[in-house]
Amino acid sequence: MLVEALVLSAILFVIGTFGVLLRKNAIIIFLCIELQLNAVNLSFVAFSRFLGIDGQLFVFFVMTVAAAEAAVGLAIIISVFRHYEAVNVNNFNLLKW
Amino acid sequence: MVDVLFFVFAAMAVGGAFGVVLQKNPVASLLFMVGTLGAIAGIFVLFEAHFLAAVQVIVYAGAIMVLFLFVIMLLNLGHDYRADIRSGIGAFLAFAVSGAFAGLLARQFRGAEENPLYQRFPGPEGMDALLAEQGIVGAIARPLYTDYVVAFELVAILLLVALVGAVALAKRRV
Amino acid sequence: MTGLENATVLLLQASPGGYDPILPGLILLLPLLGFLANGALGLIGGVRAAEELRSGREPARHEGRPLTHTLPTWIGPATIGLAFVLTTANFMAMLGAELTDPIVRSYWMWMATGTLGVEAAIQLDQLSMIMMMVITGVGFLIHVFSVGYMKDDPGYPRYFAYLNLFVFFMLILIMGANFPMMFVGWEGVGLCSYLLIGFWFQDREKADAGKKAFIVNRIGDFGFLLAIFLLFVSFGTLDYATIFDQAPEVLTYGGGVATAVTLFLLLGAIGKSAQVPLYVWLPDAMAGPTPVSALIHAATMVTAGVYLVARAGVLFALAPVGAAAVATIGAVTALFAATIALQQYDIKKVLAYSTVSQLGFMFLGVGVGAYAAGVFHLMTHAFFKALLFLGAGAVIHSMHHALHATHKDWDAQDMRNMGGLRRYMPVTWVTMAIATVAIAGIWPFAGFFSKDEIIWYAGTAAGVGGGYGALFTVLWGMALAAAVLTAIYMTRLLVMTFHGSNRTGDAEASHLHEAPLTMIVPLCILAVLSVVGGWLNVPGSVRNSIFGGFGLLPMSDWLDRWLQPVTQSAVDIRVAELGGYASSAPVGGGHVLWGAIATGVALVVVILTARAVSRQKIVPATQDTVPLSGIRKHLYHKWYVDELYDRVIVRPVVRASRFSWRWIDQILIDGTVNAVGGVARGFGWFGSLFQTGQVTTYAFILTLSALAVLGALIF
Repeated sequence: MLVEALVLSAILFVIGTFGVLLRKNAIIIFLCIELQLNAVNLSFVAFSRFLGIDGQLFVFFVMTVAAAEAAVGLAIIISVFRHYEAVNVNNFNLLKW
Repeated sequence: MVDVLFFVFAAMAVGGAFGVVLQKNPVASLLFMVGTLGAIAGIFVLFEAHFLAAVQVIVYAGAIMVLFLFVIMLLNLGHDYRADIRSGIGAFLAFAVSGAFAGLLARQFRGAEENPLYQRFPGPEGMDALLAEQGIVGAIARPLYTDYVVAFELVAILLLVALVGAVALAKRRV
Repeated sequence: MTGLENATVLLLQASPGGYDPILPGLILLLPLLGFLANGALGLIGGVRAAEELRSGREPARHEGRPLTHTLPTWIGPATIGLAFVLTTANFMAMLGAELTDPIVRSYWMWMATGTLGVEAAIQLDQLSMIMMMVITGVGFLIHVFSVGYMKDDPGYPRYFAYLNLFVFFMLILIMGANFPMMFVGWEGVGLCSYLLIGFWFQDREKADAGKKAFIVNRIGDFGFLLAIFLLFVSFGTLDYATIFDQAPEVLTYGGGVATAVTLFLLLGAIGKSAQVPLYVWLPDAMAGPTPVSALIHAATMVTAGVYLVARAGVLFALAPVGAAAVATIGAVTALFAATIALQQYDIKKVLAYSTVSQLGFMFLGVGVGAYAAGVFHLMTHAFFKALLFLGAGAVIHSMHHALHATHKDWDAQDMRNMGGLRRYMPVTWVTMAIATVAIAGIWPFAGFFSKDEIIWYAGTAAGVGGGYGALFTVLWGMALAAAVLTAIYMTRLLVMTFHGSNRTGDAEASHLHEAPLTMIVPLCILAVLSVVGGWLNVPGSVRNSIFGGFGLLPMSDWLDRWLQPVTQSAVDIRVAELGGYASSAPVGGGHVLWGAIATGVALVVVILTARAVSRQKIVPATQDTVPLSGIRKHLYHKWYVDELYDRVIVRPVVRASRFSWRWIDQILIDGTVNAVGGVARGFGWFGSLFQTGQVTTYAFILTLSALAVLGALIF
């Protein structure tokens, strides 16, 4: 069952990547990143079934970081929205030289 | 039984993921995401990670997704944006890159069962014994407060910083 | 070595001759403290003045003068005065002691690198003591004089700060116990000279004169440094005591190293003491305030070269070529500068060339091995030349006030505008007359004894041989001629300035006045010294003749005997190699005969010149339109040496510099650097193309990179 889980993880990860590249809405991009994180979590859990409890601890930490990231990221999105009245990443073009 | 359930959950997860990516309405995307998370939680259960499955549902699907939803509602984004999905060259590039990724990963998985590494892979017996002895919460909690205690404390600080940072960023400038 | 051991050693060392130095460090420290205090006051005053200017307020007219003016009046002279008192006390103590070896006080290790160990140490011996007496004594008088001379100058505290600093560095130069210490003082006095020549730096010409002095001195300093390096290579140390003790063993007589060292030292001395061919900065240095000219450019700093040769007498005794070069340079300078002085109209320029000429005499003296005579002339010259400069300062001060009162734009320093000043400034006149007689070399004034002693030794050197007999005979003749010229130009100066009818103009003449008391008193003291200063070293035979006043003049050969511990080893070498000093001039005759001839000739020349000049019709500078011709024109234009240097050195250097600026620097070097920069810019521009600012682009590139890494891992 390990290989199947890993394949599923890979599929979800690729879909997440595809979403990040395809969408322009910052919130959706964020969701896709969460999707990628979950894909990784899945493989951690799958491995942990056979290799020991440590994989689940990693998942635990990843979730915590994801929560922190979501909080800060959404705060950034809100403050960007105040500025542009939109969350379209095409508007965020100040990150150049 | 377990295999069947796995494939059901897997199908749900993949379908939900496609929904997240392809739905124009952010709220719909979000709901698909909740579905995906739920399906993954189900898979966690299949892998005997009951605690994480609970956390996944409560924290991820419950708290974080609700936070997303709040933001979507707050910013009044709950309707279709025509220009939200790239088209033309952007879509092609996204597809090409993801496809290349998928191709590489698929090439890796082909013939994985014959891989000698996989042949020597341990079975789930060790984990079963551990869980039978300590239960899932005990099994997670013991290393968390011993081997990983520094990381645990650091994560606590990270959460505090993120909390303060989020307030500072999102606060209306006065 | 711990401090305690150090102190013990010092105490044990300090008592060989029963002489224990009295606070020698304080002598150095006092002028430095004066500099710091006056400098701080100068800064405060400057800041305040700048604030007043900025706020557009009228400068506050205080009742009396502000504190930044009154404090330097006391601090400046007082520090030097105290230093003089301390020096005198030390001098007295040394007089009572039979001191054979110099006393060295080491304060701390200054440089310790590899085999080189240089200590911040001072050396007290007979030579440095005499120099210290001259520097602090004359320096004190000139400080007092400056109080009157500079009192209306806005840069008053700054002036005293520089002057104190100068005395400090001069004392370092004199008291240092090793060559690096002397070099520090050497450079320090050069700095102060530069600062004081360009004291009125708003005036372009004066600032340029300061730069000229500085740059010309660099040439000499280069030589001095090379000499120090050579000495270190040969001796492994730079302490006077060791070097002069070991020199006879380490260096061979007339050897290459000795010759090279002495020639390099001579180069340094030439620069600092304004000898041919590097003398050109000294006449221009007259741009500074007149007391500065008296202190730095007549009495003390410019004599540093003579001091250097006297100090390194052992080395010069070991290098006959070097010594002969010193003598030759000295004699040539003495004569050459004297000729120029004949036809100058600027009172300070005459004195400047006179100084150059007299320094030439000193060089001649130390060059022929008469170290005591050179130092003797250095001392008496400090008296009467300081007096002459200060007298000229008093005259300029008075002239300046007179011309200022009626806003006449005449040159206050041009002797053609003066005349008949003795009626207005009697004290100045008398003191200047004494100095003139002294420098002209008339018995029993100071110059007679010192200058004629040098000429005497130059003459006797011709008889000693060593292969330079003919050369020294020629030098002796040149020195005689220069002595005659000295009498002529000084008499001309005195007559043009103080005698005849007044040419200032009637309206101005009523404003001419005698100098204030702070200026008169130093003049009088220096006048007394100009008379009695020469009695320190009356040769025995002269003392017992009519010139000695039938033995009334005291202290026969005192200075010779006083300096003997310092000069003895050099004299010994000379005696061993050349067979001592001859006792007669090249054409025969002894001390007394030549003394009689010298003073007689000088007297006749003075009288003749006075008559000739007073018969001459002199018109004020602005009406003096008759062009000079023949030799007078050449003399007036100083033999065109400045023009020659300009043509031969300055302009080619400027042209070469311009070439290297335009082509080598701007095109070659800058071009290379800019090209390198351009390449980097190009890469930067190319890289910046990726920086679109679009988050998606970055995500795309990130994914591609991850793909690349993944690919690299798999394949």
